[in-house]
Amino acid sequence: MPFIPHTHADKASMLETLGIASIEDLFDEIPERIQCADLSDIPDGVSEMAMLRHMADRARQDESGTCFLGAGCYDHFIPAAVWDIASRGEFLTAYTPYQAEASQGTLQLVYEFQTMLASLTAMEVANASVYDGASALAEAILMAIRINRKSKSKRVLIPASLNPSYIATVQSIVTHQGIKLDLMPTLDGLTPISDIDFENAAAVVLQHPNFFGLLEDADSLTTNAHDADALVIGVVNPMTLAILKPPGDWGDTGADIVCGDGQPLGIPMASGGPSFGFLCTRMAQVRQLPGRIAGRTQDKNGNDGFVLTLQAREQHIRRAKATSNICTNQGLLVTAATIYMTLLGPQGLHDVASACVHNTHWLVDRLTELPNVSMRFAAPYFHECVLDFGEPTEALQQRMLNNGILPGYPLTGLIDNGSQAMLVCATETRTNQDIERYRQVLADG
Amino acid sequence: MAETIFDKSRPTRRAVAQRVAEGAVQQLLPDHQVRSSPPMLPEVSELQAVRHFTNLARKNFSIDTHFYPLGSCTMKYNPRGAHRAAMQEGFLSRHPLTPTSHSQGVLACLYELQEILQNVTGTAQVCLTPMAGAQGELTGALMIKAYHVDNNDYERTEIIVPTAAHGTNPATASMAGLIAKEVEVDADGDVDLDSLKRVVGPKTAGVMLTNPSTCAVFERRIQAISDIVHEAGGLLYYDGANLNAILGRARPGDMQFDVLHLNLHKTFATPHGGGGPGAGPVGANELLAPYLPTPMVTKTESGYGWLEQSERPNSIGRLSSFMGNVGILLRAYAYSLMLGANGMRNVSAYATLNANYLMKRLSIAGFHPAYPDRRATHEFAISLRQEAKETGVTAMDFAKRLLDYGFHAPTTYFPLLIPECFLIEPTETETKEELDAFADAMIAILKEAQQEPELVKQAPHQQPVGRLDEVQAVRHLDVTAH
Repeated sequence: MPFIPHTHADKASMLETLGIASIEDLFDEIPERIQCADLSDIPDGVSEMAMLRHMADRARQDESGTCFLGAGCYDHFIPAAVWDIASRGEFLTAYTPYQAEASQGTLQLVYEFQTMLASLTAMEVANASVYDGASALAEAILMAIRINRKSKSKRVLIPASLNPSYIATVQSIVTHQGIKLDLMPTLDGLTPISDIDFENAAAVVLQHPNFFGLLEDADSLTTNAHDADALVIGVVNPMTLAILKPPGDWGDTGADIVCGDGQPLGIPMASGGPSFGFLCTRMAQVRQLPGRIAGRTQDKNGNDGFVLTLQAREQHIRRAKATSNICTNQGLLVTAATIYMTLLGPQGLHDVASACVHNTHWLVDRLTELPNVSMRFAAPYFHECVLDFGEPTEALQQRMLNNGILPGYPLTGLIDNGSQAMLVCATETRTNQDIERYRQVLADG
Repeated sequence: MAETIFDKSRPTRRAVAQRVAEGAVQQLLPDHQVRSSPPMLPEVSELQAVRHFTNLARKNFSIDTHFYPLGSCTMKYNPRGAHRAAMQEGFLSRHPLTPTSHSQGVLACLYELQEILQNVTGTAQVCLTPMAGAQGELTGALMIKAYHVDNNDYERTEIIVPTAAHGTNPATASMAGLIAKEVEVDADGDVDLDSLKRVVGPKTAGVMLTNPSTCAVFERRIQAISDIVHEAGGLLYYDGANLNAILGRARPGDMQFDVLHLNLHKTFATPHGGGGPGAGPVGANELLAPYLPTPMVTKTESGYGWLEQSERPNSIGRLSSFMGNVGILLRAYAYSLMLGANGMRNVSAYATLNANYLMKRLSIAGFHPAYPDRRATHEFAISLRQEAKETGVTAMDFAKRLLDYGFHAPTTYFPLLIPECFLIEPTETETKEELDAFADAMIAILKEAQQEPELVKQAPHQQPVGRLDEVQAVRHLDVTAH
């Protein structure tokens, strides 16, 4: 019996205490008619060794090569200490820190995490995280509707330059509460701010850099939206904020809510999950922020300690009137991200971000020297860029994959004439040799 | 006390081994897009970082360090083998948008997990993407709503939940744009059928139930409930929070539930991680399967692939950036492989044996089970009302004192309808010795409560901090160090 410690003697003695003959007797309240589980599709159990051998074979099958894919998930280097410490049993196998005195490790770490995220985004408060970037945006939109009492509408503007899976997720989640999503079209890959009709909009979303890697005019958008009493929700990659102007400083007044996906901060790509979503806002709005929040307080002896605070917002207290139905945060990933940000520090994170910018620009420079390859958009970009390859990307992608290169994200159906375009990305982990090899395989045809 | 990582920070100090070659970016980014001052991240050495977080870890209770009988949370052993299986390079380094031609390994695991979960729940199809129990619930509520809308049944806007239900159930109804209505629970912990008959009707979209219920007893009249709900045109939703009690033995599908979610971080032993990540796959019968979210994994002659919105036009859509918490799904798959069908049946057998044994030991010692005439399931509730009345020592005081005895406290004050409640879930992975030691600690604390109540009321005494002031935390909100 895997993971069950009972000896025959234990079982006999426990049954005797209970005054029954068999464990089956304990199920006598379940109608016999439904005690019929047929598990014939489930194979017999195997040893850990056999399981690991099987899983190792499966894992090896998927080692597909050098990654130039981004599109919301990035191949960054993760220092060894990050997961060595995050995998300690005390972090890995603890539950939500409801018994604060027995959970000071997790609670203090979350408090430190909140501090780091608030500083990165130049906002005043962060929550302890939600599921991922897409669901964080859905929560941000619901939050904005609750906050914006000046606007009677439930109209939210979202840019066509937003990550398409974020658009799809937001549609699945928020439209059930009467929220109307209006898509702002893009022009040359950017959101044309002066064309936006903010009339009757409760909030406007901007991803910056946007899905195509381009730098939007976040300053003008924020100022114009606020002039029209619309709230601004910034969707950002936290790593880029080591260099880029943080959303709290956008325009004259700064964004109201900032969200995004924390994967670039020490979380392996791992098929896209688990990662974590973050949500930051102004202190004035903290009671509308969903999810857990850690706060510093004192114990009965006057010593500092940490607790989950403002729980009156949450589902286990407020039930149907809670800010969200969310119970979990992504605690383990927040643990890893906090260790990652600590190991890198402000200079280290800045170096990673600038290496990403540099490598992607070098990749784009080298590839566009080839006769058929060109940049789709002219605007400044961060560490992703849309390239036209002059041939259908489907065949091109397979050819590159057969040479151990993941060449980028095909944009068929996502932009005009997208069937020959891909979104490419080169993080700090790509070397000059990687980039030259990409160019060579591409040029060889 | 509680020196934060920022207190250890010194300007210009850094973990130099973590440097990367910096690229010159000045000409590449416009000046007005660049940040004016650096973020206030800690500036510490690698050793300082390692020591700081290692020492924080040591301030946590966890399954690996302590008995953690937290009711409704299924804090069973999280096998290290399953963790290692998911932490292999091929899985970790896979980009989520890698074409399926180069993802057959992970897709095969996910497809087989879908099949295992279908089999173990008795459902027609399972979608793995929901990222936690609450998102699974939202998925189910949205599917129920979509089904009624498809049948031009626009009046069905109410979701019925028992008064004893977890707060997530009504909160989920609100997220889905539905209205939560409550149904009474009777003195034995079962749903009151008369109350149910009164509350169901043409407005009923569905009913959300856990079984065993949040009162920690099996809902014996589940067949009658199902008939009442279905005859009224409503659908039945199973909250999988308590599946550990019946794993491999009784299936929600066989109880006529139409749609359900599982908590893999409970029943399938994936680590709770200090509050997440979880995974909340959703299963449905033939009626509701077309509405399951995207993407799902499919198997064809050319191999495994994704089913997206174009192949599943009735789907309620996408719920995550990529495809949910794959890393957690892989751990659950690894756990399933090691258990097999027999192992799963033993999970419910020994989880139930442990709970009933501990309930018996505590009742012999004079504690009061909330439902003394009922079997415990995988967990049980006791009420400390009488002890509180006699000694002034509350369930919360008991909980804090248990920490000093080296046990994580059970779930306190839940379900709400049981006064001074402890919800105790030992799980199948604990030894008889551990259960006995816990019972002995409860007996010892009861004695302290009678002889020296202040000792218990002021607990804990041997933790990194004393009892914390939650009221002050709200009043003087301090949520960042700067």
